Amino acid sequence: MEVNILFKIAAIGIVISIINSVLIRSGREEQAQFTTLAGVILVLLMIIPLLTRLFSNIKTMFQIYY
Amino acid sequence: MEIIKIVGIGIVCAIFIVLLNKDRQEIAIQLSIVAGIVIFLMVLNKIGSVIDVLSELASKSNIQSFYFNTILKIIGITYIAEFGAQICRDYGSTSIASKIEFAAKAIIMYLSIPIIFAVVQTLFKILP
Repeated sequence: MEVNILFKIAAIGIVISIINSVLIRSGREEQAQFTTLAGVILVLLMIIPLLTRLFSNIKTMFQIYY
Repeated sequence: MEIIKIVGIGIVCAIFIVLLNKDRQEIAIQLSIVAGIVIFLMVLNKIGSVIDVLSELASKSNIQSFYFNTILKIIGITYIAEFGAQICRDYGSTSIASKIEFAAKAIIMYLSIPIIFAVVQTLFKILP
């Protein structure tokens, strides 16, 4: 179930690389920059819930309460 | 046969990270974070059952639960800090990694002060 997210992120990275090189080749550097930013934000939105889950799991397992 | 799954995930992730590392390093770092999280979540319930057994043993052998909880807390803090520091170090921010480790050491010292205090108190009781 969770393994899918790895392939998703790798696919996003490869697709953004391709889009980026196409946009740079056709002379739209600014849009290429925005594509890069959008990719980073997209992946960040995917990994933040996962990171929250990891931290809350560790907290409950090792009984850390602050 | 969890280990075969985990090794497979690790190798596939490493290949993807090498592929993305050239010009999409920001995605490669996120991919490595996700790989770490997924592998940890796969072995989570096994660590949980080990901790359950250990806490039962501790309660049977009359160790105060406060001390056991402190040790558990220290292990958890170490794991989280190591996770963050490794990722920072992998992608070149060595200074931030060492600051994370310093913070973890400070917090661990703060948590272990009661234990040190108890040890010293016992020592004073034994010594004439």
